[in-house]
Amino acid sequence: MDRRNFFSAYKKPTLKKQRFVPTDPVARTQTGLTPYAGKWTENEVIHLLKRTMFGSRKADIDYFKTRTMAQAVNELLNPVAALPLPPVKEYDTTGALTQPDTNIAAGTTWVSDPNNDGTIQSRRRASFKKWWMGNMINQDRSIREKMTLFWHNHFSTETNDVRNALFVYRHHAMLRANALGNFKSLVRAITIDPAMLVYLNGQLNTANAPDENYGRELQELFCCGKGAASLYTEGDVKEAAKVLTGWRNNATTVTSYFDSNRHSTVNKQFSAFYNNTIITGKTGATAGDVELDALLTMIFNAPEVAKYICRRLYLWFVYYDIDATVETNVIEPLAVILNANNFEVKPVLNALLKSEHFYDVLNQGCQIKSPVDLVVGMCREFNVAFQPDTDYITNYGFYNYLVTVVNNMQQNIGDPPDVSGWKAYYQAPQFYEVWINSDTLPKRNQFTDLMCVSGFTFSGKKIIIDGAEFVKSLSAPGDPNTLINDLVNLMFRLPLSDASKLQLKKDILLSGQANDNYWTGAWQQFITNPASMANTLTVKNRVRDLLKYLMNLAEYQLA
Amino acid sequence: MKRRQFLKNTLPAGVVLPGIINGYSIKAFGADSPFVQALMLPTTLTDHVLVLVQLNGGNDGLNMVVPIEYYSAYNNARTNIAIPQNKALAIPGTNKIALHPSMTGLQEMFKNGKAAVIQSVGYPSPSFSHFRATDIWMSASDSAQVVNSGWTGRYLNYEYPNFPNGYPNATMKDPLAIQIGSVTSLALQGPAVSMGMSISNPSNFYNLINGVQDAAPNTPAGKELSYIRLVSQQTQQYSAVVKDAAARVTAQVTYPTGNSLADQLKIVARLIKGGLSTRVYMVSFGGFDTHAVQANSNDTTTGTHAVLLQRVSDAIKAFQDDLKYLNVEDRVVGMTFSEFGRRIKSNASGGTDHGAAAPMFVFGKPVISGVVGATPIIPTASTVNDNIPFQYDFRSVYATLLENWLCVKREDLQNIMLKNFQTLPLVNAGACLTVNPNQSGNNLISNYPNPFTQKTTITFVTAGGHTLIQVIDALGRVLTNLIDKDYAAGSYTVTFNSGALPSGVYYARLQNLSTQQVRTMLKVR
Repeated sequence: MDRRNFFSAYKKPTLKKQRFVPTDPVARTQTGLTPYAGKWTENEVIHLLKRTMFGSRKADIDYFKTRTMAQAVNELLNPVAALPLPPVKEYDTTGALTQPDTNIAAGTTWVSDPNNDGTIQSRRRASFKKWWMGNMINQDRSIREKMTLFWHNHFSTETNDVRNALFVYRHHAMLRANALGNFKSLVRAITIDPAMLVYLNGQLNTANAPDENYGRELQELFCCGKGAASLYTEGDVKEAAKVLTGWRNNATTVTSYFDSNRHSTVNKQFSAFYNNTIITGKTGATAGDVELDALLTMIFNAPEVAKYICRRLYLWFVYYDIDATVETNVIEPLAVILNANNFEVKPVLNALLKSEHFYDVLNQGCQIKSPVDLVVGMCREFNVAFQPDTDYITNYGFYNYLVTVVNNMQQNIGDPPDVSGWKAYYQAPQFYEVWINSDTLPKRNQFTDLMCVSGFTFSGKKIIIDGAEFVKSLSAPGDPNTLINDLVNLMFRLPLSDASKLQLKKDILLSGQANDNYWTGAWQQFITNPASMANTLTVKNRVRDLLKYLMNLAEYQLA
Repeated sequence: MKRRQFLKNTLPAGVVLPGIINGYSIKAFGADSPFVQALMLPTTLTDHVLVLVQLNGGNDGLNMVVPIEYYSAYNNARTNIAIPQNKALAIPGTNKIALHPSMTGLQEMFKNGKAAVIQSVGYPSPSFSHFRATDIWMSASDSAQVVNSGWTGRYLNYEYPNFPNGYPNATMKDPLAIQIGSVTSLALQGPAVSMGMSISNPSNFYNLINGVQDAAPNTPAGKELSYIRLVSQQTQQYSAVVKDAAARVTAQVTYPTGNSLADQLKIVARLIKGGLSTRVYMVSFGGFDTHAVQANSNDTTTGTHAVLLQRVSDAIKAFQDDLKYLNVEDRVVGMTFSEFGRRIKSNASGGTDHGAAAPMFVFGKPVISGVVGATPIIPTASTVNDNIPFQYDFRSVYATLLENWLCVKREDLQNIMLKNFQTLPLVNAGACLTVNPNQSGNNLISNYPNPFTQKTTITFVTAGGHTLIQVIDALGRVLTNLIDKDYAAGSYTVTFNSGALPSGVYYARLQNLSTQQVRTMLKVR
């Protein structure tokens, strides 16, 4: 596909205040899926980690440096950690309640306890978001959390619309459990998922009054996309809606079920895009499942489906500029792999993450961090210390703060703007640049400033970046040149000039002195005699100022 | 115009300007061009500005201000670097001291009545560590005390208590303080936030002032980097006002070249004239850590230290001339300081090691020109550990400038200085009109009564959600968390009972998600 056609097929972009147009054409790559055989150094490890996890922790970098590239990707794609335990009751239950939350004890999970009280539902939805934030911060060494967020963006739902917190949790747990599973199976599960049946009105879709909402998004957003080669018709939307009639929810069992009385039993005729398929109308208890399977078989036979989901993955893991070369060299071969593996996602990620294309220098550092990437990545990379699990109330308080922070930066986890997900992943021509504007960039800087300087206090405990403690883990923190080099290498994907580094050293670490020994001496004293309050503060404040400064540079926003 | 009206019509925070100053290009336009007409200044607003000139490294005060009164002892103590008596530059009205021969510019300023020297400024139990001594000078703490806020930060927190909530605003649209350097110093740190800009992205100002910035590569990463930098420049809270102020000034006197202090002061003059109501500017100039070969052995009036002092002197002289040329001379007072002086006795490598008290210069048209204090006594046979004892506490200089130049009420000085210090004859006190703190911005936390003796009631405004009120002492230690829970949006009160705490300055800090504000509370007996 021609890139221009591809992009013009998307929604017309909303007007942007400031469009940055580079003066020179930006270099793009010709590489494809040939397995990467180049050097495997800290740089490549960091690239892989920043794209597949939230931030690249020093410990993870060191760990994967001792593996090969292939081993690293294999480990990331095959999580061994158990799925996280469900969220617990940490909210207070005071207030005028129609159904007091007395079935479960504080600290035990609420996910199996139906409760229709609006206040309780609201607190549980908030509890879910806090818990999710905690899962991302405490993620295992795998791609699972990033894929869970990917699917949340792809099959976008909003907790405020779903309302039932148990539905919200089940939906989310299903995404996580299948994050590295089969795309087609996931679409099937999503189609009759209680939360999705609420969100896109599937539960209201009946033979007498078909509701086309889900039938449309199933094709437009979840499977086929809006690319030039996605030629499903309005008729296909209507027919798909009929196929999907009859599904309902049971709030007590937290499951969906098929009600054959509501099902449209007529034959469903599809367009040439689907080879003029006819799905024969069925009756009885199995009609819903049978017709759904037929529908998905038909949709997934359309070649555009595999390409579409591969483009979505590419946008998530590599870059947003899918030009004709990328389409030919990367997207199409990935689609072949997806088809050949019957829509298993893992082989596609395996090929992409081990490819020359993925490690191409032109594809490094070109992602603008999403708010979640920035906030969670910062907490993880700087080993921000939370409380032990037993103090879940305080931890949920911290997570709640971080949920608020990412929300203020325009990424409200659990509540994307609409069914299309976040604009950064579809809005041409800005894409990731949507995250950065005159409102959100200052908020990013204020957040990193706060975490460097005063931290966030809740319940008498604090989350804060302990910069001096962090830099102890670097190769030679007593040498101001090495310290700055190490930090720049860990934090930035683009180099800083020697002149800039020299200036930083002089202005911050040396307080204007010319002699490196002043820093070295202060550092050594900090290590040998941390009880010397004045010197310890000297060191801590300078590391703090250095980190704060680096995080305020534009480079820090890139991954 | 009255000062209060002035404040009403004008504006706040420390902007960080770049450390590398390469000069800048302002296009030349004819005075009659429409562009220049459009840039014509409104009536110049009068307000007092303080310029802090930091000499990093520990400046050798004895060779800067030569103790002619004890010349032979001086010469004996440092034969290898001593300034010949007949070469030192006379200061009008005194024959007890003289200036380093390279400081002709400063000598001229003394002659014009625009400079003063304060002898032997220091503090008890001096620190000989660059870092620690610098922190002491910046925070205005006692030697044994670690204070985590800066003296100008506390001053600005007093003057603009609501900052940064609701700033910039119609009455204070400018930065409160501007530091030229890549990071705001401890001096500008307020009790909770830096009174410098909360968004300190100096790269914004590289383009603004001198066009120096690491280049963005021609790659996708470079494209995104450039995009973020662009937004950063456009959204930088104060970039527009600073840029506009700089652009309004199209002619200045000639400054010396190859002199980074001159480059920095040139920007300061320009921003002052350009209409910023910023109260404090801070510039710095390094290289004073002269442990070896600070003077040429064949001619001690030349060499490393001579070059440094000449640059300081030339830069300040050009700055003063420029202020006069720009017609803002009445508004500006400057001050030099260094973290310590150097040892009386020179070492064998032709340098001097870390020392104690040293002279400070205060300069500007409003200063009381002359010499404050006695010439430091030099022992007839100095030993390696001999130091100049302090005659004046450096905090007396600060307190004097705060009261007599920045017009802080005497009864409020302790809030800022944490203790009481003597007033020195540096500036004509008549220059000051009484000031009240600028109450613009959003006042989120207050207390009554203040000062208090035992209990005080803290009123705070939360936007809803988790809200924290903590009481912090002047050393930055959290004494108590009075409030630490979720609130619905609104205004609430809580009582702070100070119990057995000693009298002095305490801070009540509000944290409401990413918002914070600090209230200074004074406990008195």
